[in-house]
Amino acid sequence: MKWIGVALIAASLLLPPFFAGDFYINLASQILIAAIFALSLNLLVGFGGMTSLGHASYLGVAAYVCALLTSRYGFGHGAAAIISIAGTTAMAALFGVVALRATGLGFLMITLALSQVLWGLAYRMSNVTNGDNGVAGLTRPMPFGIPLDSATSFYWFALIVATFAFLMMMIFVLSSFGSSLQGVRDQPRRMAALGFNPWMIRWITFIYAGFWAGVSGLLYVYYNKFIHPTSLSITSSAEALLGVIAGGSGTLGGPVVGAALVLLLKNYASAYIERWNMLLGLVFLFIVLVMPTGIVPGFGRLLTGIRGEPR
Amino acid sequence: MQFWIIQGLNSLSLGGLLFLLSSGFSLIFGLMRLANLTHGAFFMLGTYFGAVALRSYDGLNIWVTAIGVGFAVAAIGGLFERLVLTRLKANPLGQVLVTLGMSFIISDACLVLWGGDSIPVPTPQNLRAPTRVLGFVFPTYRLALVGCAVGAAIALYFLLEQTRLGAMIRAGVDDSQMARAVGIPVSNLFTTVFCLGAGVAGAGGVLGGPVLSAYPGLDADMLPLALIVVILGGIGSLLGAFIGSFIIGFIYTFGTALFPELAYIILFLPMILVLAFRPQGLFGRVGS
Repeated sequence: MKWIGVALIAASLLLPPFFAGDFYINLASQILIAAIFALSLNLLVGFGGMTSLGHASYLGVAAYVCALLTSRYGFGHGAAAIISIAGTTAMAALFGVVALRATGLGFLMITLALSQVLWGLAYRMSNVTNGDNGVAGLTRPMPFGIPLDSATSFYWFALIVATFAFLMMMIFVLSSFGSSLQGVRDQPRRMAALGFNPWMIRWITFIYAGFWAGVSGLLYVYYNKFIHPTSLSITSSAEALLGVIAGGSGTLGGPVVGAALVLLLKNYASAYIERWNMLLGLVFLFIVLVMPTGIVPGFGRLLTGIRGEPR
Repeated sequence: MQFWIIQGLNSLSLGGLLFLLSSGFSLIFGLMRLANLTHGAFFMLGTYFGAVALRSYDGLNIWVTAIGVGFAVAAIGGLFERLVLTRLKANPLGQVLVTLGMSFIISDACLVLWGGDSIPVPTPQNLRAPTRVLGFVFPTYRLALVGCAVGAAIALYFLLEQTRLGAMIRAGVDDSQMARAVGIPVSNLFTTVFCLGAGVAGAGGVLGGPVLSAYPGLDADMLPLALIVVILGGIGSLLGAFIGSFIIGFIYTFGTALFPELAYIILFLPMILVLAFRPQGLFGRVGS
């Protein structure tokens, strides 16, 4: 049963480039990028119990650093990628020190305030970031001399990175460190009494999540060849958070499903109406009020119910 | 010299506006354990309501408008609290997400209704002439704004410290389970405080109109300032919100005037210092 599922997922990931049109392949690439981003947020929200409303900071900063280094300062793609990921990870370490002074809603407010400050900087420091005009005219890298300009080749690239990211985050969560992280989420005091250092566990997770958000930011800027302050905005953080919660926080597959749903909704809705923000707000209300545990856990319960296994 | 005095007054008036915004946020957070991310949207809604009212009826008194709009926004907030937030009592994360969703809905609705251009709000006729004190020229409206914020602070202080309602609110902030046990209707109190906070924010929005003017994104500009004020001053503390507002008002105004590009980074500093040395905020209590 399990292997059938894995085979189905693999087929659905590997087959599209062979028959789908460019539009759908591009959509699939965007879903992969959003999935990495949502998975990294899920490390904090689902497994760490740290609800961050500022996760777009890492995506946006990685994208901005890469865009500025390649377009303005003449860096090569390899060096720019390494610097932007290293810089984003260092920023996560710093922000983690600040935000983890608090837990719960305090943590949420601090992450939100920090990310809004970055958003404001991207808008206002127009001599560096080009302000509201964004940074345009970017190029995609050529790993091992392979150009990524066609939709299909970029999809393969994104798929390789996303698969690697998924596996790395799965290993992280299933490791003994992942167990201690979930222990700290549920019973911080008991974990502290057992000799664990809850702060350190949270901080390491925060940095790790920032790292993968930075990776998704790189892919994001490669895909769009353009970066704008909106990718740092609270809407961007909120979309990812909605993906995590709609899919099911604290599960491995949930954020992927949720991110895909949010992206599809955004793409299809924006073809008919301009009011994406309002729709996003309404979906938030709907998800939280109607299915607070998310789609994947609900679906899983349904499956166990059908198969009649003991709960 | 004129520069410093004018910027000082601008800081005070921004601080006053921030107090009207963040006092409600802080009270709601203190009592309901709810980070109300709709608060910036309530403020913006107030600004737009005020802008529309003041521009369509010439000579309408801005203070009367502020009170009227305050009640309107309070009603909207109350409906939201009753219809949505009460259903999510056991789910603090869900509550935050719902307020975030609501803020998206309100700000997008404002964009639909009033368009993307900023709407300037006229300064009231009788407050347009500058005031001269000791040879310095002051914009009268900003002086009035500071006075109004201080008045609101005193009124809120009396409400909280001297009335029966205030005593119940304070009891709820300190220990809501115990308050429930001694018969205080905490759930009604939640609605009251939410309405009060939303109403004060809406009235603040009207009063901020002539200074800030109504534009889309006003909510996203104001909310982080309110968050920083509350982190700085301490959650649930009126005095903390008051002092924090003026500190942030000064830092933001002088930061923007002296280092326009770094103003946002300078906002960090007080927050980081406070978190490093006094994580509960300047006037917050440990464990609250």
